[in-house]
Amino acid sequence: MEKWENNRAWFLILPVFVIVAFSAIIPLMTVVNYSVQDIFGPGQRFFVGMEWFREVIHDERLHSALLRQLAFSCMVLLIEIPLGVLIALAMPKKGWGVSACLVLLALPLLIPWNVIGTIWIIFTRPDIGLLGKTVNDLGIAFDHTARPLDAWITVMAMEVWHWTPLVALLAYAGLRAIPEAYYQAAKIDGASSWAVFRHIQLPKMRGVLTIAVLLRFMDSFLIYAEPFVLTGGGPGDTTTFLSIYLVKIAVGQFDLGPAAAFSLIYFLIVLLFCFVFYQALQNVGTGESR
Amino acid sequence: MRVQKRTVALGLYFFLLILPIYWMLNMSLRANADILASFALFPRNATLANYMKIFTDSSWYSGYINSMIYVSLNTIISLTTALPAAYAFSRFRFIGDKHVFFWLLTNRMAPPAVFLLPFFQLYSTFHLIDTHIAVALAHCLFNVPLAVWILEGFMSGIPREIDETAFIDGYSFPRFFLTVFVPLIRAGIGVTAFFCFMFSWVELLLARTLTITNAKPIVATMTRTVSASGLDWGLLAAAGVLTIVPGALVIWFVRNHLAKGFALGRV
Repeated sequence: MEKWENNRAWFLILPVFVIVAFSAIIPLMTVVNYSVQDIFGPGQRFFVGMEWFREVIHDERLHSALLRQLAFSCMVLLIEIPLGVLIALAMPKKGWGVSACLVLLALPLLIPWNVIGTIWIIFTRPDIGLLGKTVNDLGIAFDHTARPLDAWITVMAMEVWHWTPLVALLAYAGLRAIPEAYYQAAKIDGASSWAVFRHIQLPKMRGVLTIAVLLRFMDSFLIYAEPFVLTGGGPGDTTTFLSIYLVKIAVGQFDLGPAAAFSLIYFLIVLLFCFVFYQALQNVGTGESR
Repeated sequence: MRVQKRTVALGLYFFLLILPIYWMLNMSLRANADILASFALFPRNATLANYMKIFTDSSWYSGYINSMIYVSLNTIISLTTALPAAYAFSRFRFIGDKHVFFWLLTNRMAPPAVFLLPFFQLYSTFHLIDTHIAVALAHCLFNVPLAVWILEGFMSGIPREIDETAFIDGYSFPRFFLTVFVPLIRAGIGVTAFFCFMFSWVELLLARTLTITNAKPIVATMTRTVSASGLDWGLLAAAGVLTIVPGALVIWFVRNHLAKGFALGRV
């Protein structure tokens, strides 16, 4: 669809521009400001150039937090995207079941993030939790507050429980957009259900899956409240993801300079990954469907 | 046979989905001593004491009211500003359109954790700390771009001939937009409002930082009480259950819109 060329359209996006710029550009510039200064107090600040960046880049704990974060986000994508697509494929296409499924799916999405952490504490604690108690009674020692592997499993389970519905909702939306005629044509050709999925459903879901992958990557990369409530980053440092480490520096130690430099690097990493994903998904799609 | 297997698998998934929420509901109906003393799949001495405490203590229930106010404000602001912008992105080509669109999206990728202090300073400068509008504006940072993104998808699904016909018929732009175009995409607006409500309702960090007492959201009240009272599991669970209720109500009211909006297929 050819669009109309008209620069007066800027007037239409002006309100959005102003409101987002107010909350985005001014704080961002403040962060940039912090990242090149050493601040002792009001009026006592010194320009230190790139020193904070140098310090942050050589921080060993940051490296391990970054690796942990990357592993976490990759696992999240690998589990949630296929699972979400499977759920969407299994969902009914009409009748009361549709509404019921949508309502159930949307439920975890509308729970405040720290309450998610609370739910999972209550659910997995070895003394009062349904899951924790059951698993321990089965003879498998399980304690997410003491054992690193258990903490990881718990955080992953929580994350998958929390966000797979979003992928399923988006994938379902994509599936519903496929005209019935496509399926009829496939039936006439005698296509297997795998062929239908591979050549009709998957290409048609490209748009929504792009959104799903991007949203899931961004949000899992920035995850803070849920693991903070559930494990507090422990035991040790084993579930200290980037955001948790960042807040530890910024609020816990009040090192504004390094924290600001860190958050700029953090921001750039997310931007870079999203850009790469976006380009890759676009190219995969065009290569397949044409 | 295959259809049945699918249904069973789906049923199992939904069972696992509900289980943690059921457990919290179970806990919320029991006294704290009872929770710690015995393990029960069903509450035997069910009590509403935890809920009574929340509904009678104003430091608890005002949290809910505050959250509702700023979430509603945020949804209204996001929708009213995003509607014209989404129209511009879906219909016009103009200088810097792609760049502005991408820039809007990048705001969802900023780590909120370290924007806390700059946000606090910015809103103090404007004397907005501890007001509902401050939280509503701060949440616009991630909700407005999302609203533009979703609405743009829905609007691009509407053929442009409709706009052209309306302008030939002598509609002015505002009249066309409000009386013809907005009703056409109302399912899209429903879906967008749902997402704005959702992301504003679940956010904790910014809401907690920008409020002190007058606009303190329920999620912040919960964290405070957890650390102060030595973990009253029953009370905590009851507060958690209550934070789910508004969301569940919203889904229930938009469920048909949601089905229709998703059926239109552009999210």
